[in-house]
Amino acid sequence: MKKMTAVTGNEALAEALRQINPDVCAAYPITPQTDMMQQFSDFVADGLVDTELMLVESEHSALSACIGASAGGGRVATATSGPGLALMWEMLYVASGMRCPIVMAVVNRALSAPLNIHCDHSDAMGARDSGWIQLWSENQQEAYDNLIMAFRIAEHPDIQLPVMVCMDGFIISHSVGVMDFLSDDAVQRFVGDFTAQDALLDIERPASYGPLILTDQYHEYKKEQNEIMDSVFAVTEAVASEFEYLSGRRYGLLESYRLEDAEIGIVVLNSAAGTCKDMIDEARENGVKVGLLKPRLFRPFPYAAVASALSHLKVVCVLDRSDSFGAFAPLYVEIAASLYPLENKPVLINRIYGLGGRDFMPEHVEAVINEMADILSRKAAAPPKKYISLRQYV
Amino acid sequence: MTSTLKIKNLASKENRLAPGHRMCQGCGAAIVVKMVLLAIDKPVVACSPTGCLEVTTCISDYTAWKIPWIHSAFENAAVTLAGVETMYRALKKRGKMSHDMAFVVFAGDGGTYDIGLQSLSGVMERGHDLLYICYDNGAYMNTGTQRSGATPFGASTTTSPAGSAVPGKLQVRKDITKIMAAHNIPYAAQASPSHHLDLMRKVQKAVSIPGPKFINILSPCHRGWRSKADDAISISRLAVNTRFWPLYEIENGKTRMTHIPKEKLPLETFLRPQGRFAHLFRPENAWMLEDSQRRVDTEWEALIASGPPHTSER
Amino acid sequence: MKTRIITRSTCKPVICEPGNSAAFKTGTWRSLKPVFEPAHCSNCLLCWLYCPDMSVNLTDGRVSGFNFDYCKGCGICALECPGKKGAKAIRMEKEENA
Repeated sequence: MKKMTAVTGNEALAEALRQINPDVCAAYPITPQTDMMQQFSDFVADGLVDTELMLVESEHSALSACIGASAGGGRVATATSGPGLALMWEMLYVASGMRCPIVMAVVNRALSAPLNIHCDHSDAMGARDSGWIQLWSENQQEAYDNLIMAFRIAEHPDIQLPVMVCMDGFIISHSVGVMDFLSDDAVQRFVGDFTAQDALLDIERPASYGPLILTDQYHEYKKEQNEIMDSVFAVTEAVASEFEYLSGRRYGLLESYRLEDAEIGIVVLNSAAGTCKDMIDEARENGVKVGLLKPRLFRPFPYAAVASALSHLKVVCVLDRSDSFGAFAPLYVEIAASLYPLENKPVLINRIYGLGGRDFMPEHVEAVINEMADILSRKAAAPPKKYISLRQYV
Repeated sequence: MTSTLKIKNLASKENRLAPGHRMCQGCGAAIVVKMVLLAIDKPVVACSPTGCLEVTTCISDYTAWKIPWIHSAFENAAVTLAGVETMYRALKKRGKMSHDMAFVVFAGDGGTYDIGLQSLSGVMERGHDLLYICYDNGAYMNTGTQRSGATPFGASTTTSPAGSAVPGKLQVRKDITKIMAAHNIPYAAQASPSHHLDLMRKVQKAVSIPGPKFINILSPCHRGWRSKADDAISISRLAVNTRFWPLYEIENGKTRMTHIPKEKLPLETFLRPQGRFAHLFRPENAWMLEDSQRRVDTEWEALIASGPPHTSER
Repeated sequence: MKTRIITRSTCKPVICEPGNSAAFKTGTWRSLKPVFEPAHCSNCLLCWLYCPDMSVNLTDGRVSGFNFDYCKGCGICALECPGKKGAKAIRMEKEENA
């Protein structure tokens, strides 16, 4: 019988890092990531891992240290949240451009101002164009599984790119979920030994990392970087099927929930998918043909798979937990781009929810489902973009 | 130790910085890097922040470095190399690496005094085993001589030009060597390529000490200083002999002057050959010259008081 | 050297040919060139140590001339040359093609 444990998201990820035992980790405290690396520090202090842990003076330095360590020729991981990820911004591009297979847990948090420590996706969405692979996780179990798989994707000889594993701050990081941990042996066997390419520490073969590259080659570099991203889909799926064999848990590029015969559908990332699934079950009992699509891989974005999953729908509502002010929100834009080639496009609306940790409650999902049902029956013309779950002032 | 630093012995060693680099003719930084690498016998892994040295030594598909070298950005050379050094320790601990090697940052003053100070401070505090060399040319030379925290008082730069209302930079430069020493690191020093034996002794000593080390090395830039292409050595000699650039070391908190100029030259002799100080010689700016001289004297007296020269030193 | 073709396998900003800048000849920058007078050379090798471009040639540990593939003509060697009996072993002359 499987041993089930109840832990927080941060504890689950710290446990994954313990099992992986990377060569070097770097970290800087930031809410809500802090207690993940705090827990990992306990593992270091108690000798449960022999990772060299760099407790640096900023997130910018955390990622810079990871870049140096990764170039050095070993396995590297870090973790951050919100403003910490924002502070890393310049180095995100360096990590991917330099082909450093760093794995980073991102505990999603809103960005200032106003200062807010709670969940939204502005941090990771701000990093979506940085050349990092992004995996998103609904709950503690998915975050744990994604983190383990992330090393295999990042370090794959054809990929050699950094991966961020996103998990909702507080909602998942600080709440307890039921977990099925793999054994230490199984994790070690799954991630395997790290094989460095062009290791800087190979003094027999001195390498110069990070040259100045001007107009003659830069453009071609970026084109190839894009093509490497295109091959991430197949690697992600191959790693997932190997992981399924090991764990019995199945992951794809995205998850469809009751979409097969649906007329209306919700697209949402991370933890809100759980609430949506419950409400979809309820609506289904009342005869509403509604389903859900939850992208797991956001970078690279699986346009074709998304289009085929949504092609038969009449109305789709994209729920975004971040915004692009004065424009459609990031997830909506990708869904719109996915649907554009279709001849019969669903009506597409964008609803912004849960910024700065605003609770996303079952009644909010219900309202979204009702709104889509109204559009379906031509009862309502809906504004394309709207904030939901706003406070009602009297 | 020092016999290996005789030029005749050094001349039999391979230069680990190759020719074909694109630093300006007569660049002081190139001489500094060459001397530092000649002084170290171990394999070296180096790192440079974005800057003159970096863009001129590694332009795709060429590299002048014969040793492992990394550049990642402008503000993080210290911590980038600290990451490499940490990976080295991790792999050594796990039996995947056995070589003994030295880790050296070569950074300009902009990447050290200013934008790189936070990451440098963190690296010094955490005790990484590396040597940080600042080649100090006193301005952002790579972008065209903008003032930095290292630019001396009075200097005219492209962002502190000597105009009719403001006569150049009106702030004094930071004392970065003291700032580094205040981290209680085992070794901090100042050196000049004109005094090559002193410079290379300091590098050798620094590399022999475990933990974080810092050496600030004067690095003339005739483009930014508006002097002559052949004067990198002669002008740094003047910097030392006018006491503008004292040669000293701080080892485990103890300051020691490593060279006392035989006769004290007036600061003017260092300033006069440099176009960036030309306006200081106008009558209305005489106060600036006096001010600069007074500051040099005060700083010298304080240094001498904190660390008298070793009796065996000249 | 030809510009490297960027493919998936070379899409990594790393140069694995240490010191290949030697293929880039900076000697064309020169407008002045050093001229060596062996008779005045005390073989102190300061010119060798100070040369920013590794362009002072040594033969059996003695200065034997300059590497004009790289010498940028800065003149540090000539200025710093102590020479012998007041006569320098290196002087700068105008480059013929300059």
